[in-house]
Amino acid sequence: MIMTFGELQQFIGDKFGEAVILEAKTDALQPYLVLEPERLPEVCLELHDNEQTYFDYLSCLTGMDNGPEAGTMEVIYTLYSIPYDHHLTLKVRVPRNSTPEEVMPQVPTVSHIWRTADWHEREVFDMFGIYFTDHPDMRRILCAADWEGHPLRKDYQLQDYYHGIKVPYDKHNENNGFRGEPVILTQQPPAEQFPDKREKPE
Amino acid sequence: MDKTGEGGVVITKLDDLLNWARLTSLFPMGFGLACCAIEMMGAYASGYDLDRFGIIPRASPRQSDVMIVAGTVTFKMADRVRRLYEQMPEPRYVISMGSCSNCGGPYWEHGYHVVKGVDRIIPVDVYVPGCPPRPEALIGGFLKLQEIIRQETIRAPRAVQQIMAKRMKNA
Repeated sequence: MIMTFGELQQFIGDKFGEAVILEAKTDALQPYLVLEPERLPEVCLELHDNEQTYFDYLSCLTGMDNGPEAGTMEVIYTLYSIPYDHHLTLKVRVPRNSTPEEVMPQVPTVSHIWRTADWHEREVFDMFGIYFTDHPDMRRILCAADWEGHPLRKDYQLQDYYHGIKVPYDKHNENNGFRGEPVILTQQPPAEQFPDKREKPE
Repeated sequence: MDKTGEGGVVITKLDDLLNWARLTSLFPMGFGLACCAIEMMGAYASGYDLDRFGIIPRASPRQSDVMIVAGTVTFKMADRVRRLYEQMPEPRYVISMGSCSNCGGPYWEHGYHVVKGVDRIIPVDVYVPGCPPRPEALIGGFLKLQEIIRQETIRAPRAVQQIMAKRMKNA
């Protein structure tokens, strides 16, 4: 029995109380619910186990950095039920740390519910620096183990050296005054065969 | 020579003999890092047949003469590439294949994970441009390397020269 977004929202509200849903965005192309981070695993477990919902497949788990101005980070869960063919997008929003000394944002793991979340959460940890509590193996998955910083953060700065290798590209030509050969066009532009239909800035 | 009964004699310089032996049996190390490795394998295979040049991939760095850095060198891989290079016996050569390993390629500015040119880790003899280079280009790189080897002489071995240059720099 396919459940709509409204029915799923109703379902979660009935089971766990309306307080667990912090925000419901229904008019978006992909409607989503923002849940309370602490109660995420129990909601997910119910959505996974209950015969009505049966979300047996975690299509995607990803992170998002809203930037230092907003001061929040998000983890987005895209659920899918293979037998019922219905979808649900969940989000949790956590405060963001701006320096490495501060405590990382913490989100409870769902890797015990969907095994696929194991590596996805490690990737989010690697790229965004969101720590998943109770995760069995919270290590970096792509970057080197001793890499500094989390590359997909909005305020990420490259380190200068890694194991003695210079990391940033040095703008050799620009720094030494060479800016490329000047391009001189000699031909007339062709008659307008293909009019430019792009929107022009005001 | 005895078989012909003519008792032929070949006179050559030792330099030429050594160089000829080296440049006609360039054994690359059998490893690849990214999509350039696919083109490299294509060059090895029957279509382009690098065996014609005496180029046969070896499974161990200790038996290899040349390292083809075929693909994107990530920082995670950089330590391994450097170690493999150090395990190769002298004389050893490096062909940097493709834009990524030449200069970082499309990751040159925003690729946080890519070494901006493998020459930041190991010395490179020949750069093969392309993204990825076609097998012909890789063969061209090998021919270029053969030209380099042909100029060598045992009176001024490269390894000794490099060590001397490093000492001069440090002193």
